[in-house]
Amino acid sequence: MKSILRDIKKENQYLISIVSVCFVAILCWFTRDYLDYKIVGYLLLVVVSLLAAFLDIFPVLLSAVLSALILNFLFIKPYYTFHVSDAEDSLLLFLFFLIALINGVLTHKIRKAEKILQIKEIKVNTMKLYNALLDSLSHELRTPISTIMGSIDTIQSKTLTISEENKQKLYSEIEKASLRLNHQVENLLNMSRLESGVIQPKMDWCDLKELVYNVLDSLKEDLQFHKIVVVADENLPLFKLDYGLMEQIIYNLVFNASQYTPKGAKIEIKIQYNADIDFEYNPDKLMPCVITIADDGNGFPEAEIDKVFDKFYRLQNSKTGGTGLGLSIVKGFVEAQNGKVTLENKEQGGSVFKLFFPVPVMNIKEISNE
Amino acid sequence: MNNSAEILIIDDEVQIRKLLDIALESNGYKTLFAVNAKEGLTLAANHQPDLIILDLGLPDEDGQIVLKRLREWYKKPIIILTVKNTEDEIVKALDNEANDYLTKPFRTQELLARIRTALRNIDRNENEPIIKFGEISIDFTSRIVKLKNEILKLTSTEYNLLSILVKNEGRVLTHQYLLKEVWGNNYSDQTQYLRVFVAQLRKKIEEDSNRPKYIITESGVGYRFNTS
Repeated sequence: MKSILRDIKKENQYLISIVSVCFVAILCWFTRDYLDYKIVGYLLLVVVSLLAAFLDIFPVLLSAVLSALILNFLFIKPYYTFHVSDAEDSLLLFLFFLIALINGVLTHKIRKAEKILQIKEIKVNTMKLYNALLDSLSHELRTPISTIMGSIDTIQSKTLTISEENKQKLYSEIEKASLRLNHQVENLLNMSRLESGVIQPKMDWCDLKELVYNVLDSLKEDLQFHKIVVVADENLPLFKLDYGLMEQIIYNLVFNASQYTPKGAKIEIKIQYNADIDFEYNPDKLMPCVITIADDGNGFPEAEIDKVFDKFYRLQNSKTGGTGLGLSIVKGFVEAQNGKVTLENKEQGGSVFKLFFPVPVMNIKEISNE
Repeated sequence: MNNSAEILIIDDEVQIRKLLDIALESNGYKTLFAVNAKEGLTLAANHQPDLIILDLGLPDEDGQIVLKRLREWYKKPIIILTVKNTEDEIVKALDNEANDYLTKPFRTQELLARIRTALRNIDRNENEPIIKFGEISIDFTSRIVKLKNEILKLTSTEYNLLSILVKNEGRVLTHQYLLKEVWGNNYSDQTQYLRVFVAQLRKKIEEDSNRPKYIITESGVGYRFNTS
């Protein structure tokens, strides 16, 4: 509420301060015969204090001056003059004006200090995020670079004699390191695409089964010791999604599962949709498309489940490398397509990522019969 | 195979030029190098290379414009090599009649395979009546497709789609291009047809339609008929 009020335009702030003082004054004026003018003074003070809590300094000062004038003009005898006959009343009016002013100025100062504190806090948080980024980046990028440089140095060394077998091993380390480096750079680029807000999903008809198998094919090296199961209808309809973003999402989730589950673990990718829908295609009708990626590994620590989608977040006891970007990219890309992603642990062990997209759906039978 | 072919590489990165020089020379190709668009266009005109590898991010001119200018007279294969891996950029290059594209970082083996395919396609007689790939043969005069010597029953749309893919073997055909060629101009954004018919065709010609060997998906861009 505060932040909303603070965003009000200057002119409107003046208007609000005038209107609220006048409004209370008019209310009091009707009850002038029953209400002591001192009470009216207190009421107007309350109004000024309230305004001070929300508005800028000048509208507040205006309300202080205005309420003092109104108090004098309407409520302090003689009515309808700015003349004050009683010495006590003069003192009261003077004190009223003083308190209103101090009130306004103090509140304004407190708010200013609060704002500075907030900015400081944001700065500290940005620094924390920045440090987390630097930490994970320097580790994630420097490790493969060191591997490449070290291997090359060893191969090039004139003083060492290296067996052909060991040379081959070093070559394969260089290859792995460069693939890893490429993967991390890809993640960083995707993250900065998300951050800069330039992602505009190109929604088009996707054959999700084809897409999933395509991704699995590109990950076959990482998945060679895993059991992969794809569950999808023979006549899976087409869904309107962004093919490129979907590829990245599935890639990151399956890649993650391959890294964090032991050899031999099962990874299941399931595509579900509302099977009862009458397939009259209607471009405005959105149907649920649910993709689950489940594994029977060790699952995620319950306490950390809420944080895994945060930027740069890595599990406390994470042994495998990672920038902590993979899952936050998943979240960003899912949300860019108006979808939702959740993570749960299964009772019998392992974790389930569930992607939910409300999308137009098209029955393929209609087309293939044409 | 025409391995003494001359290849022009237009790329401003010295490291890439060195790498390509070694990779191509050791595979028997002759190489020519240009470090910018101006030099590239001159070398292409003077030497008439058999194939051009073009980087899209050149210092003096947008690669897409270079591509267009080359295509005004150069009919041989052009392979795009680029760090810009956005779908739009790739589709634009293919629309500008690039034969193929690879994004950096790329694998040398992959590039060599693409070069071989592109060069093979020039040698092929356009009017060959029968084309054979592995276990598939297509007779264009009688419109008969055989798999393992057995006639495949294809609908006419399936046949049209397959024949256009096969005739452009190794080349990436964009969604839009395929839709226009097979279904007609009004269908250029109706990707659902392509998705469904590609899936159907795969079920008929691929051993495992989930792991296709012939009809390869180029994600977000189009499809390629692969025989290597």
